[in-house]
Amino acid sequence: MSAALLIDILLWGSVIGVGLIAFRRGRPVFVASLREGSMDFINIAPRIALGVIGSGYIAAIIPQEVITGWLGPDSGWLGVASAVVAGAATPGGPVIGFSIGTVALKSGGGVPQVVAYVVAWALFAFQRVILWEIPFMPARFVWFRCAVSVPFPFVAAAIAMVIGKP
Amino acid sequence: MSDPSPNHPAPAEDAESEPRPGRVRKPIGWSTIIIAVLVAVSAALVWRRDGTDGVLDILTHDLSLFSGILPRVLAGCLLGAFISEILPHEKVSRSLGPKSGLMGLLIGTAFGAILPGGPFTAYPVASALLAVGADFGATIAMVVSWTLIGYGRAVAWEIPIMGTDFTLWRILISLPLPVLAGALGRFVYVRLYPKPLAKDDEN
Repeated sequence: MSAALLIDILLWGSVIGVGLIAFRRGRPVFVASLREGSMDFINIAPRIALGVIGSGYIAAIIPQEVITGWLGPDSGWLGVASAVVAGAATPGGPVIGFSIGTVALKSGGGVPQVVAYVVAWALFAFQRVILWEIPFMPARFVWFRCAVSVPFPFVAAAIAMVIGKP
Repeated sequence: MSDPSPNHPAPAEDAESEPRPGRVRKPIGWSTIIIAVLVAVSAALVWRRDGTDGVLDILTHDLSLFSGILPRVLAGCLLGAFISEILPHEKVSRSLGPKSGLMGLLIGTAFGAILPGGPFTAYPVASALLAVGADFGATIAMVVSWTLIGYGRAVAWEIPIMGTDFTLWRILISLPLPVLAGALGRFVYVRLYPKPLAKDDEN
């Protein structure tokens, strides 16, 4: 609750801050960007609606036990690879992603595997990519970003193996 | 770096300032159609498993979620529009463009780490940066930094669920990744698209 409130305050504070800067550049600049932003919003809102409302159904048909099962304990690099796939396939928001990570840690999953899972989830959870990232950004950029991000959960797991547990 | 848009209706008020490269907005693209099909199939599967009540349960829950998110999406869009309006194009392309080097990647990383809000802020702002002259590398660094080391998600979700020790340790491990991702992105991009005008699709 308070975290969400804080984020809202920071967010609208930033909007007002940059809005004031735009206003001081002159009214036409301010009005043009206000209109541009509103048009973006009108264009994006239906797609966000589809995403947010649809993601509930996608999450409902992917059983979470399947994903936890992939994060086998002490499975080495094969475990890291399946953690990356599991991270990308995890439906739903941060609550589900981090909860699955915690469950995997508590049920004996290897720490590098869980790190790979969390990083892969952060980098390319398919739901966030197709429901949030693609509506806002050029699709070519999004696919390119995902493609170059593929090595990094493995890099994170390797660092975790080298420097050890928290 | 963004697609040139000859059909972008430039506002008349922009006449005295330098023409800003517009962002292409297609109301319905292939991605939207694929998502719609995916959602329809999932909803049908839920309906077959749980019946009409199951479908309505999810619908009402997600509708209330959506109405809560909507104001933040508006804030994100306004933030993106204002930022793309007030950031000077040549300055952005100098500090975040293809020739900005390591410093551009570091700036992108720092920017992503301090950006407030969720996906509704990060993606419109990243899109605005692309439109005013940041290159793929710096923008990738920003997006990856926001998702991996941005404090918003860590404070709101990761620390409460996974614990402070794991979160801080995980962020420490992730620190070099945005810069590396941006560097790799730049390295691949230059080879994939040798010149901005070349149309050699390699797939």
